This record gives sequence, C-alpha cells and structure tokens, in this order.
Amino acid sequence: MELSGAQALIESLKKEGVEYIFGYPGGKVLGIYDVLYHEKAIKHILTRHEQGAAHAADGYARVTGKVGVILATSGPGATNLTTGIANAYMDSTPIVAFTGQVSTDQIGRDSFQEADVTGITQPITKHNYLVKQAEDIPRVVKEAFHIASTGRPGPVVVDIAVDAMKKKINFKYPDKVSLPGYKPTTKGHPRQIKAAAKMIGLAKKPVIYAGGGVVLSGASKELKEFAEKLRIPVTTTMMGLGAFPEDNDLALHMLGMHGTAYANYAVQESDLLICVGARFDDRVTGHLPTFAPKAKHIHIDIDPAEIGKNVRIDVPIVGDAKQTLKDLLEKVKPEKDKHNAWLKQIEEWKKKYPLKYKDDHELRPQYIVELIDELTEGKAVICTEVGQNQMWAAQFYTYNEPRMWVSSGGLGTMGYGFPASIGAQFGAPDKMVFDIAGDGSIQMNIQELTTAVNHKLPIKIVVLNNNYLGMVRQWQELLFERRYASTDLHNNPDLVKVAEAFGAAAFRVTKKSEAKKVLQQAMKIKDRPVLVDCRIVEEENVFPFVPPGQAINEMLID
Amino acid sequence: MKHTISVIVENKPGVLHRVSGLFSRRGFNIESLAVGTTENPNISRMTIVVEGDEIVLEQITKQLYKLIDTLKIFDLPEQKLIERELALIKVHANDKTRQEITQIVDIFKAKIVDVAEDSLTIEISAEKDKVDNVQKLLEKFGIQELVRTGKIALQRGGI
Repeated sequence: MELSGAQALIESLKKEGVEYIFGYPGGKVLGIYDVLYHEKAIKHILTRHEQGAAHAADGYARVTGKVGVILATSGPGATNLTTGIANAYMDSTPIVAFTGQVSTDQIGRDSFQEADVTGITQPITKHNYLVKQAEDIPRVVKEAFHIASTGRPGPVVVDIAVDAMKKKINFKYPDKVSLPGYKPTTKGHPRQIKAAAKMIGLAKKPVIYAGGGVVLSGASKELKEFAEKLRIPVTTTMMGLGAFPEDNDLALHMLGMHGTAYANYAVQESDLLICVGARFDDRVTGHLPTFAPKAKHIHIDIDPAEIGKNVRIDVPIVGDAKQTLKDLLEKVKPEKDKHNAWLKQIEEWKKKYPLKYKDDHELRPQYIVELIDELTEGKAVICTEVGQNQMWAAQFYTYNEPRMWVSSGGLGTMGYGFPASIGAQFGAPDKMVFDIAGDGSIQMNIQELTTAVNHKLPIKIVVLNNNYLGMVRQWQELLFERRYASTDLHNNPDLVKVAEAFGAAAFRVTKKSEAKKVLQQAMKIKDRPVLVDCRIVEEENVFPFVPPGQAINEMLID
Repeated sequence: MKHTISVIVENKPGVLHRVSGLFSRRGFNIESLAVGTTENPNISRMTIVVEGDEIVLEQITKQLYKLIDTLKIFDLPEQKLIERELALIKVHANDKTRQEITQIVDIFKAKIVDVAEDSLTIEISAEKDKVDNVQKLLEKFGIQELVRTGKIALQRGGI
C-alpha cells in the first residue's frame, strides 16, 4: 500500500488501537492534520494549549492503562508540551508525543519555529526519536508504543521532519520490534523470591509500602490477596492511592509528608518494609537516614535503577509487581495470628491519631472532599491540581480501586488536574470525573474549559478557593513567620463568571449548610462542565505535616 | 575510587548526548570519555573513567542500562586492563634543549612527529600515568599546545 509519511503515521496509530489524539495544529503538522480531516477511526481532540493536550493524554492513559497520544507542531508547539512530558516521566505514564519538525534541509539553521526537540526532551523521556525519512515512520511508531507501555512505562517523543511526512512509501506495519538494548525483566529471580519469603516469615512487625507501580502493573488483586493472607498492613504512596482498598482493615492509607500519623508510626516501628512499585521518594521518607530505622527492606520494582538508589535494600527483586507478588504468594507460609500484637498496636494508633479537622459551622475543604466521597459513593475518578487541594483530596476521599486517582506526584505540576480530567473523562465516559482544584492552580490551564464545553464533558471542577496559594502560604505560616510573599490571591477573578463565560455551568458555595445541595445540583448536570467555587476557610492547613528535613514520625498533627 | 567502564552502544545519532546528559543530570563525575566505532560499524564503544564508590558505580551502570541504545556495560577490573591514552604535545625547543627533549622521547618510547625551528611535536601512546609523566617532564621547556584523547581500554585475554 503506497502512502505518504503522514498517512503512514495515522495508519500506524490505527494499528496500535489509538482512539484519541490530543493536540494542537501548526505549520509543520498540517500534513498530518489533513489526513486526520478524513479520518473516522481516530478522533482528534483540540485543546486550547499544547500543555493541556499533554496532560489530557496523561489523564487518559492513567484511567485506561492505554497509551495516551499527543500531536503538536514544531518549535513552540513542542516546547509547550515539555511540562506535560516531564510530568509523565516522573509519574511513569505511558504517552507518545508526535511533534512536527522543520524539513531536514532546514534543521540546524535556526529556521522559523525550529527547536531541538530531541535535545530538549532527552532528560524527560524514556526515549525519543528524530525521524528524517518516511520509511522509518512505521517502525518508529511501533517501537515508541512498545517502549512507552512496557517495563516501567514512560513518555516517548517522536519528532518528524516535515519532508518525511510528504514522501510516499510502501506501507507495511511491522509485527515485532527489534530493540536489542531494551529487554525489561518482568519475572523476579526465584532465589530472591525465596529469600524474601524467608524474611517475611521471620518478621514480627512488617509493613507493605505500595506505590504507583502496583497500579501500573495491575497488581491490586495480588496485593490484596498477599496482604490478607499474611495479615500485613499496607500503606500506599500518593501515586499508589487505590492500589489497595482503603476501606480494608489492613489499610494504613497514605504515608509521608502529609500521610496519616498511624502509617508513619507503623513504618518507623516496623521491622520489615516490603516496598512494591515505589521509589523511596523524599516526600515519603522525610529525612532519609531516619527513615524506617528498625526495618529490613525488601524492594520489588521493574526498574533496577530504583533499587538501592535512595535506601540500602536487603532483598532486591527486579520484576513486574503482579508477577512477583504471584510468585511470592506461592512461597510464603502464613502463620495464624502471628501479627496480632502488631495489628493491635496499629489499631491503637488509628484510634488515637485519626485524620481529623475542625468539625464546626465553617466551610472547610476536608468536609467538601468527604461530601464528594459520600455523594459519589467513592466511585468517581478524582483528578487534582497540586497543593493543599491535592492533599485534602488524597486524605479525605476513600480510594478503593486503582485508576480512580489522577494526580501529579513526582513533578507536582500545578495546572495538571483540569486538562487531565478531560483526558480521564474521554477514557472513562461512564464515570463521574472530578477535578478537585485550588484557586491558584485552576487558573493555570483554565483555557481548557473551552475544550470541555465543546465536547460536552460533564466534569465537576470543585475549587477549594481560599484566595491563597494555599500550600505555599502554609509553609510561609509555619516556616517563614507568616510572611505571605506573593501568595495572596485576593484579586482572583470571579471564577463563577469566568466559567459561565466559557459556557460551563457554575455555582458558588459560601456556607457549609449549602454545600451538599449545591454539589448534588452540580452532579445532575450531564451536558457540560460545571465549576463549583467553594469559599473555604482561608487559612486552613493540611495536617499531618512533616516539616522538611524531619523524620516522618516527627510530624505536626494540628 | 576510579573505575574504567566500557559502554557498548548502538551507533545512532544523539547517543553521545544521551550518555553525557545522563552523567551531568544525575551528578556523576566523568573524568574522561572516549568514543569510537568498533569491529561492527553499527556499534560504538565508549570508554568512560568515572569517580565514585561501589554504590555510585552501581547507579551509573543501572542508569546507563536504562538508555534504550545501551547494549552492554563492562566494569573493567584494574588488574586485567589494557589501557592507552594518546597525547600530542607541542613543546618549545631550541638548539640547547632539543637534545634533552629527544632523550625524554626515547626513554618513554614516544615519537617526534613534527619538527619546526622553535618547537617539537611529540606523540605518545601509553598508560595514563606515563603520559602524565612525559607531560610533566616537558613542562619546563614550555608546552605550546597539548591535546589528549582520554583513556581507551579493553580487557586482557579472550572474551
């Protein structure tokens, strides 16, 4: 079949089963857009900023487990993607971004809208390509999807010179990839699994510390079986929320800087930490030398470079979480009531230090998140921005299933949540999708309201509006003697009017007593996005809070 | 502690950038890096001398393996190493000093590759310490220009 490079690209995407491309056109991708003009099988979603497209593809990938696809033009189109690509890289989201490049004879001449895209994205991608020949397009697409979605997933950028899009080639999509330098280890070494099983048998105070890798690997069922069979409590990282059901009696909820006190105490007291698909990030460990001081460490991860990067590991297991937990389950020998004393201790901590907030007549953000949990029966997809809104959403909603939590973990990208919720809604059309936002972060990609309105996406944007950049203000309050430098946002626009101007529905909540009714009203709207501007207590803080540089059991509880 | 590692990579555009970028962004120190093709034109060998303890070396190796273009990495053990570095040293010379310089060249089995009225250019291919020595001995005559390749190395014996 003779096709142009651009046609070959779209045919290749169809072979990969792509349903949506999130993108923004421009001079160097006109050829691809011309093919999309006639295309029925793939829908192009026009965002209003390339960053929005990148985050939307990322949100889509997180709720579906499929590869998110982005298309942008050369130069500024591509550079606008970089925050989204870096975000996906830090959180191991499988996305493939296609960017146009100036023609091969113009590369390196500072041509109009030229940027060194492979150079710029090299430190923030799992791999990238500069395609100069049409003949390479099918192979590169095949490799890009394979690399993005296997092993430890991540973003791949494919930069295509415009002349390669025009040239005719004889199209044939490869069946297999040939990448001699890329062979992820998915099956853990039997000797290591045996050693881990032995160590688990000897432990008296074990804790499982599960991360985003469990979600990515689809290992939630195995994790639950493993924890329940051995009666080991489970704490999750923020990226791991939903990997283990939070209504389970073994759930310790989130650990780390804003984790529960009982999760942090359990980790600090434990004699064995079983880390599955997490990476001992500084937000989890606090002051590294003081982290889990009494514990031996088992670390299961598909990325060997994560093992031993931050913490010395006693039993490393390189492998896929699902497969490894299955193998480990066969080797462990549960002893009845072995951890009863330990679980009783944890139960006491849970009773003594629950997550809490002041339950008065004021409109408090934690209450709003609890309301959303109650009204959606814990079945919504919760996207968040970054900051206090994110932490309250993490703490006060009950995540019982994986892929219900969509939040920027590693990079901490303000402005992520709303465009991600657009991708999430496309990926999960039958689910209710929320973006729990702050008044600062919602303004970072608010232009995407147009995208959501155009596609009649019934996303619920709940702005926890405190007229501050809340998390930064909290740090200023606690660590900089209340000097609120550049965090006061009292000159915010009227967000209700802004939303309405975009064609969205909008409500305002100022009293606790009206919150439930308004949220119920908002949830009834099915044909467009709705923004609920909640005027919360302005100087509410997120607790627990482990101040930077402290051990995680040295937290401020309130 | 210094380690000499051999990194076998696919000979593709940008691969040097990927490797050097990885070292700079992860804060690993490169003492020297030499790169060239191998017996297979599709494959390049990088010889990298790095500074760090075992933990750092392990991280460097693991991070390098994450690059899709990396095929194989060898940590070359000190005692089994054949290592060479090439230097071209242009040193100031006159009638009084020319003989002394020639003696140094002979002792170290170096070569004079260019003779001019007021300079000699010396080529030496040897282990790094030896090249250092020659350079030091020539300094007093006045080195006009100097270039060194960085270490290349292979392991002794069969593969």
